[in-house]
Amino acid sequence: MQEQEVEILQLIEKNANMEPSKIAKLMNITEDEVRQLLRGLEEKKAILGYSTLIDWAKVIQQEEVTAMVDVKVQPARGVGFDKVAERIYRFPEVKAVYLMSGAYDLSVSVEGKTMMEIGRFISEKLSALDSVLSTTTHFILKRYKHDGIILEDDDDNDKRMVVSP
Amino acid sequence: MKKTSFVSKQADSLQPSGIRRFFDLAAQMEDVISLGVGEPDFVTPWSFIEHSFHALEQGYTSYTENAGMIDLREEISNYLLGSFGVNYDAEKEVVVTVGASQAIDLALRATVNPGEEVLVVEPGFVAYVPTVSLAGGTPVTIQTRPEDDFKLTPQLIEEAVTPRTKAIILCNPNNPTGAALSRKELEDLANVVEKHDLLVLSDEIYAELTYEDVHTSFPAIKGMKERTVLISGFSKAFAMTGWRLGYATGPQEIIETMVKIHQYTMMCAPTIAQHAALEAMKNGKPSVDHMMKSYKQRRNFIVSSFNEMGLECPNPGGAFYAFPSIRETGLSSAEFAEELLQEEQVAVVPGDVFGESGEGFVRCSYATSLKQLDEAMRRMKRFVEKRV
Repeated sequence: MQEQEVEILQLIEKNANMEPSKIAKLMNITEDEVRQLLRGLEEKKAILGYSTLIDWAKVIQQEEVTAMVDVKVQPARGVGFDKVAERIYRFPEVKAVYLMSGAYDLSVSVEGKTMMEIGRFISEKLSALDSVLSTTTHFILKRYKHDGIILEDDDDNDKRMVVSP
Repeated sequence: MKKTSFVSKQADSLQPSGIRRFFDLAAQMEDVISLGVGEPDFVTPWSFIEHSFHALEQGYTSYTENAGMIDLREEISNYLLGSFGVNYDAEKEVVVTVGASQAIDLALRATVNPGEEVLVVEPGFVAYVPTVSLAGGTPVTIQTRPEDDFKLTPQLIEEAVTPRTKAIILCNPNNPTGAALSRKELEDLANVVEKHDLLVLSDEIYAELTYEDVHTSFPAIKGMKERTVLISGFSKAFAMTGWRLGYATGPQEIIETMVKIHQYTMMCAPTIAQHAALEAMKNGKPSVDHMMKSYKQRRNFIVSSFNEMGLECPNPGGAFYAFPSIRETGLSSAEFAEELLQEEQVAVVPGDVFGESGEGFVRCSYATSLKQLDEAMRRMKRFVEKRV
């Protein structure tokens, strides 16, 4: 059972759009079994959602801007970093928050339409939190690989000969 | 004055491969989905490529020892012991070759005397018969049967053996049928091999790509190591076809003779490829496992698709080929492949190019992206529905 769960998750991890009929054939099980597996994984929150990886620039002119913000914070007694992290991750502008080892405490990924917009969010909201001691903001200039997917990779043509022994 | 042909009689008598003719046909067409490719659709794992860059930067551009770098032979020896439980001395019992193809050629040239017969199992890899002839031997083909899932049986060997039989070439798992022999089946073959004092050239290039049972290496069978040359390489499981790197292991006397021929005809296998292979042996297992898993899924997919469309297809235990029967369509293998190519632009290889018992079947490689495989199955279904 667990082996099948891992296999189905690996299949849909990179393609949530894969039809149950195809998954069934690949795993040599029935479509009903596929649906059952998926339902089980959704119920135990192993599958949290099905998102789509989009290159917005292909559709609308305006490109999203993303900043990675290194945040130093003052942990609070009893709740450590968790309470501060929550204060931060509740903002819809914040796409990801990680607790880090090393020179700073929280790594916060912020998305906005312009650098100005992100700058405003950081100075007015993020830095203004009592427990935030300092922030260092890095803007992403170019994405080469995102979530395991190489972007602008047109080099997927088959270089093999049509027929070989 | 009329010029006589400079081509030798022996070379002239070799049959051109049926694959070649079909390749010419397919190569002229556009937008072909090819299930005719006998190699992985994966590019060589990045760490192997990166390691070869490093070796080049370090200036490893000269020849290596004739038998291959000792580091690599040691890794191969460790790998075979760890993976298949066969133990070879890296110094004396391992030779690194230019693909498994060269290893087969060397093994035959090192062992076969003129007039001696070599048993070749068909349907089988297209190079065996010509290579036996070029080595001066007489190829004798054994036709395996669809009702045995194209598995070689002791009885078939018994029927083919004569007092002149020297050796048998085994390909396990098999190209083109994907048939994989179990330990028990190999043990039964070993009894006949011993009885007739045969040498076995065991081509196990697809060993890592077995999907049901764990692969049993022929020399791991009791008493077989001293009469077996194990042939394998990096092309298939490690996705390194273009690097041209293989190896053979076996009794010291045979391997030393192979190295002797190798040093005069080839010097050594390409140095840069040997370095990439070193990385493959040391750290390649996760990559191989990942690819193996993916092939297995695609095998499940293609086999169930064929059975659904009415082409009977047994479950191949290894390699990356399915070998469905196309008899239901009333076409010969060649007709089926040609009409399918013309009508639906899908290339498969007619089974008869792998031997006469392959007639009525086609070889379909599932080492193709799932998207392409899906489309190919849709087209083949349409093609078959018109005919059955």
